[in-house]
Amino acid sequence: MDASQRPQLEKKKVDINYLLKEAPREQHFITGAQAMAEAVKRANVDMAIAYPITPQSEVMHLVGDIYAQGHIKEYYRAEEELGTMSAIAGAARAGVRLFTATSGPGLLRGLEAIVSWSGHRVPAVLGILTRVVNAPLSIQPDNIEMAYMMHCGAVMLHAENQQDTFDMTLAAFAITEKVDVYIPVAVATEGFFVTHAKGYVDMMADDLCLPDFDPVAAPVPAMDNETPPARIQRDAPVQKSNFMSYLIHSVWQQEIWDSNKRAMKYIYEYLGGPIEVQNPEADVFVVASGCAAAQAREAWRYGQEEGLSVGLIKVRAIRPFPIKEIQEATKNAKTLIVPEHNIIGWLSKEVKAAIPNGGIVVEGPRVYGGMTLPVELIMKEIYTALGLEYELNL
Amino acid sequence: MTKRVTVGPAGYMPASAPEMGVELAPKGQALLYGDVVSEEEAMRDAAIALLTRDNPTIFPGPQVLWDWKDDVAEKAAAILDLASEIPNCKIIPMPDYRPKYPKIDVKAEINPNHPNLTILDNKIKACIFVGVHCHYANLSLRMIRAGTDCYTTALCAYMGHEEAMASIRDLHAEDIQKFKEIIIEERNKLGIEWETTLPPENPSLEKEDFSTLSPADYGEYRSLIMTKKGEHVTETE
Repeated sequence: MDASQRPQLEKKKVDINYLLKEAPREQHFITGAQAMAEAVKRANVDMAIAYPITPQSEVMHLVGDIYAQGHIKEYYRAEEELGTMSAIAGAARAGVRLFTATSGPGLLRGLEAIVSWSGHRVPAVLGILTRVVNAPLSIQPDNIEMAYMMHCGAVMLHAENQQDTFDMTLAAFAITEKVDVYIPVAVATEGFFVTHAKGYVDMMADDLCLPDFDPVAAPVPAMDNETPPARIQRDAPVQKSNFMSYLIHSVWQQEIWDSNKRAMKYIYEYLGGPIEVQNPEADVFVVASGCAAAQAREAWRYGQEEGLSVGLIKVRAIRPFPIKEIQEATKNAKTLIVPEHNIIGWLSKEVKAAIPNGGIVVEGPRVYGGMTLPVELIMKEIYTALGLEYELNL
Repeated sequence: MTKRVTVGPAGYMPASAPEMGVELAPKGQALLYGDVVSEEEAMRDAAIALLTRDNPTIFPGPQVLWDWKDDVAEKAAAILDLASEIPNCKIIPMPDYRPKYPKIDVKAEINPNHPNLTILDNKIKACIFVGVHCHYANLSLRMIRAGTDCYTTALCAYMGHEEAMASIRDLHAEDIQKFKEIIIEERNKLGIEWETTLPPENPSLEKEDFSTLSPADYGEYRSLIMTKKGEHVTETE
């Protein structure tokens, strides 16, 4: 049965601002994977393409379920991740709303196609449910693969918990389709810690959804063979070795990163901004993203209880990176502690590069390979930064 | 206000306007040299440039060259009206975005892969982009600012363009008419005598003779107009 013959659910199509900010919500207790799929359910997605290899999360399985329920028009399992990501690029040419999700080694297998999405102006939403990258073989949570994604032009959001996963995924569809953005938006969150754990998620009714995708409102023509201006494909520069082809490629690259910058205003509009700051007058800040921000939040709460001058900066947007916002939030800070779920410390490197006094950054604590991040590790750094003793008992 | 986006040549590999901190104008406003101003202020500056600089040219893109959407014919007619009021204005289309090989006819068209060739060969010192898809408009405007001394105006149906010296957003036919009226006002202020005259026919384009059109004329697009096996097309446009 093709997509046009499948029964479609009757839904009320509403503006993203109403959907995200005004529509009444009810609380549910669900996993992060369910939260992402529930967002997809309300996004009026035309097509989802999956390769649910281990170590995928449940997301694309659940998206398959909602396809069967009629929330998505088309769904299929690709031959592998490179095929999935290439098919997403192909489907974008036809002018449809797209979703896929992957993890760790799967993301890296698909990366060749994913890094071309921005240049091809593919407005797709990509779920990244983070996992260790092999070898050795493992399926444990670790967000090192996000480091590979950070330089491909895509907008990247990092969800702290199940609620973030839901809200960011819905917002991602609105952001990616803005004419002045129109590059993919990745929503990342930690495998297992968020994808498999349950948390409270406030969700609007699932008979509400985003309006239909508008393939005409785009900075490039869709390949609609019935509409004359769109018979033009997304022509790439001819790769002849001369100044002209270098020049078009260089300004094309600039355009991708400019589009990435333009996404920032929508991150403010839909998500309240790229960072959240608690206790802005503090001497010491814990700066964290993803589920490390949940642990950082606990450390901040303990610090408040103990009367310590400690604040929290949760980083929601990894790309575009909130340079100005972090500079402003930390201008009077004495120490920044950056806990992370990866060995290389990509967030601490970003924070160091963003501020004029990078020496105040404490690069850690870091856990990886699937290790959990005890709040006590962060507390120890806070106490040390404040010149206090802390007895670490794990 | 500091002018951040100015007439080039800006250099070999200049920073893009967004890299310089230029942001798109909010709804109801425009960009002029990278700063947010009223639509009228941007239109007046662009009008003066088009009236005083050599070889003013309008570059219409695919979105206004084909009658493919409700408002396009009206918009295209308004563009012709606008062109008629700019002394010695030319119209050189950007009909598609594919690179032109082996060599572009710079008198006949402009192309986003090397827009500077058309600008430089025709000695165009002021231009208008209209109906070009935003991605390709941005690439073109950036290359023109990098390598030529052409004043660029962007008339955009969406959010505008940071790279243009003057950028008007959310463009409708009535905005083009308003721009035309401003051009007439500024022309009168400058004391330029001009009778409303349509731009000349593009000398490089051969007259089309549809009576002899065959599938072969469609080249690589031929498959798009051929019927499928077993399909009988009984109606034509």
